[in-house]
This record gives sequence, C-alpha cells and structure tokens, in this order.
Amino acid sequence: MADPSALRIAVPRGALFGHTLDLLDRLGLDTREVRENDRKLLFEAAGIITMRPSDVPTYVEAGAADLGITGKDVLLEQSERELYELVDLGYGHCTMVLATVAGQDPAAEALRRLGVMRIATKYPRIASRHFLDTGRQAEIVEVKGSVELAPLAGLAEGIVDLTASGTTLRENGLVVREEITHSTARLIANPVSHKLKARAIDALLERLDAV
Amino acid sequence: MVDRLPSGTRDFLPDEMRELRAMTERVRGVFERAGYGEVYTPALEYETTFTRGDMQTGRPAYRMFDEHGNVLVLRSDMTVPIARLAATRYHDAQPPLRFCYFAHAYRGVRPQRGQSREFLQAGVELIGLESPEGTVEVLTVLCHALDAAGLQNYRVGLGDSSLYPTLLDRLDIDPDRREHILTELADGDFVGLQAEVDALGLDAQAAALLLEVSRTRGGPEVLEALEGPLEYAATGMRGVHALLAPEIAERIIFDLGLVRGLGYYTGAVFQVYDPAYGVPIGIGGRYDELLGQFGRPLSAVGFSLNVERLHIALTSEERDG
Repeated sequence: MADPSALRIAVPRGALFGHTLDLLDRLGLDTREVRENDRKLLFEAAGIITMRPSDVPTYVEAGAADLGITGKDVLLEQSERELYELVDLGYGHCTMVLATVAGQDPAAEALRRLGVMRIATKYPRIASRHFLDTGRQAEIVEVKGSVELAPLAGLAEGIVDLTASGTTLRENGLVVREEITHSTARLIANPVSHKLKARAIDALLERLDAV
Repeated sequence: MVDRLPSGTRDFLPDEMRELRAMTERVRGVFERAGYGEVYTPALEYETTFTRGDMQTGRPAYRMFDEHGNVLVLRSDMTVPIARLAATRYHDAQPPLRFCYFAHAYRGVRPQRGQSREFLQAGVELIGLESPEGTVEVLTVLCHALDAAGLQNYRVGLGDSSLYPTLLDRLDIDPDRREHILTELADGDFVGLQAEVDALGLDAQAAALLLEVSRTRGGPEVLEALEGPLEYAATGMRGVHALLAPEIAERIIFDLGLVRGLGYYTGAVFQVYDPAYGVPIGIGGRYDELLGQFGRPLSAVGFSLNVERLHIALTSEERDG
C-alpha cells in the first residue's frame, strides 16, 4: 500500500452491496470499477475489497481492512470479535424472526409435549441466546442454505432467520411468531486502525454526517 | 496416530525460538539497565490470590486441585502474582520497587494468530512511585524496550480509566446507567453508546460532550483547549504529558476514550499499537488499589508486552519494508 494513511474498506456483496456502493460514491470514493467487475475482489486504487457480509468482521478484526460495512445481524452472531462499531448507516433494514408453518404452532406444540423444540438457523448464537433469554429449551440445528426448507421437510419445527419483506417466508407457508431483533447496516472499524488512522477515519465520518 | 496439543497451545521450533530469544534478550537489557530486577513466580497460584486481585476480566481459565483439595489456577497475568510477591517478600522494603518478568500466562481465549492460551509476556512493574512520575518512567521504559526490540513505527495509546467516570460523576449520571455507558465504551460500540447517551435526556451540550470525548484521540493538541468538566477530568493525562521527554511524547496517542476492561486499573492506561499489525501488542496502566488488597497499600504502574505479537509486528514491519 502506497499511502500509509489510506483506508481500506471491506464491502459486503449481496443485499447491502448496491446501497453501500451508492454511499461510498457520495463519500467521494470511485466505485465504478467495483460496479463493472463482479469477479474481481481487490480494488487497490479505490481502497475497496469485496466479500460476503459474514466475512467482513473477520477481515476488519485482523486489520486486513481498516473499515467495513456489514449487517448488525452479522455482528450479533459474531459478538466475540474485537471491533469498533462506529455508525448505524440506516439502510438494509431487516428483522430476525422466529417463524413456523402457518396454522397451529408446531414449535409451541413440541415444547409443550416434548420439552424441547428443534430450530433450524444460520444464526446459531442469536437463536441460542434468544431461547435462553426467554427460558425455553431449543435444539439449534445449524444449516448453511435455504432455512425455509427445514420445517417443510421435517428437520425442525421452526426457524430463526432474517427477513426484510417476509415474501420468502410467505411463499413457503411460514408465518412470523416472534420478532427477535432488528438489524441495519453498520460501519465497523479495526480498533488499531481507529487509533493510528484517526484523522482519515474522522474525515470520512464527517463526510458521512454531511450526506 | 498423531498426538494433538491442547487448543490454543503450540510448539516453538529452533528458527522461531532463536528470533524470540534474541528479541527478548534485547528487551531484558533495557529493563535491567533501567533498574528493573527480573523475578519469576510459580505458574500455579491459589485461586484466592487471583480472586483477591481481580474479579473482572483476565480471570484464570485453568483450575485444578492440589493433594489437599485446594483450588489452584494457572496464572492469567503476572501483575497479580507480583503484587503478592511485593507485599510478602518485600513487606518492609523501602519503595519504590522495580521488577521485570518474562513469563507465560494462561487464558481461555479464542485461539488465533497472536492469541494463544499459553502466551509469553515481557513486562515491568513499578511499585510505590506515584503518578505522574511513575507513569512517565514506565512509559519511557516501554518505548525504549520497543526500540530495542527493533520495532520502528509503533505508537502508544495513553488514556485514563478515571477520566470518563469522572465526567459521568460531574454530570450526575445515575449509577445504573453509568455501568451501561462504560460497557459500551469498553466494547467500542459507538452506536450503543449514542443510544445510551440519548436515553439519559441530558441537555444537548452535555450529550455532545460525552460522545465527543469517547472518540477524541490524537497528538498533544487533544489535551489543549479542554474546558468545563473535561478540563478537570484530564488533569492526570496533562500531568503525564508535561513530564514526557520529546522522543517519548511523539510516540504517544492521547486517547480520551480509552478505557481498559481489566478490573484493577485505576488511572493511566496504555496500549501499544503498530500499523503493520491489527491487534494491540501490549497493555499497561496504573493499579493503585491492587497492592492494598495484599496488605501493602502502595501505588503501582506497569505494562506487559505479548512477546508473540511483538514478533509478528516485527516481521510484518520487515515485510512491509
């Protein structure tokens, strides 16, 4: 890296990608190359690296990126990481919910008759914490792909997942039983970068306040 | 079959050991020349020694029983054992006392590079010399040690763990809310901090002050032009700055929002950073109440460097050249 005070920002591909690039444009970064090239991952000139949202905390914690943008859901799931959470960026609204198939709630039924409900999720820590906090026993089944399948195929009685509009849930015959937490995009920083590149980071935050 | 090692521990082979040994010998020379005699304490202590010293973070992770059923722990740092040592072996010695150590400590951390469950610490403790003189001496030894190790671009963040609490006192913040606010600050959650401050219903000026202070860090200009409750709260840091030699002062990042989670810190706190490495290399600070827990009420200040992280930073600087 040529300029030691230059910032490197970890940008999430996926649902937050478009909004994030628009924001970076307004902050004066040149994102044209990022928009034009969806296979490249490292954009040295713009100071941008792109990755899946759940990898953003990993890069930022290690100092491989100074700043990063990712959802609060990701930060809650990886709460043990040593990171600074600087700003709620206010976009990427979604809700972490407990959902089960429509009609009589099979999760409540399982809890009543079997003492424990099976819950499929990509967010095992958020789910565990929620059931612990609400005093219910749940067996958390971690899945990587489409969580909606689990209650339909009989793997679990319910799911804990993120939803923005609820469309996917509805299409699969699932209804929201509980809202667990709300999430938006957050700007995070590596704690050492936050000290050593204070001027560059504060200048960026000031521009952020202005837009 | 391959025998595995416990999670978070590893072997050190000759090439790495040679580099580590050469580095720690240079550091040891600095400590010794500054008058810090090396001590060693047992890796095992009674659990009661550590619970007396610090109930907060840094709690020992490894416990076992001796033949009488006493609970023993693997030490989680060297500051508590040296406080015990100073209060027992040196109970009538004239302060100040100066000790250094090169010793392993054990914590139940999430293992990753530079974060081992058994890790070597190099540090000093200066007992019985008040702030600001004691703090300044230790900061000076710290910088000389890092210079001797060969690190070029390091900086030392200097904060005051009593600054933010003093500010909250002056603003008459409810004790319950205080804890929440200090937790958010220690976690580096500025979004949460903002929410906590908003919920206090303070006037705009006081709320802005709390948020502003949490992210004020930089050169000595940070300590100038402070007014109102903040001017009073920053007295300790200004006193330290006034006594620092110029070549030490230029390494310091004055950080009004720096608080350490470790329970025993009472005043100045510091952290060592290097731009080539994303995690702090060492920590330190004042712990003026700790010795009193062991029956010898003396003020104290010290730091510990994580030797493995120091080595990573050194090699990263070489690589970035």
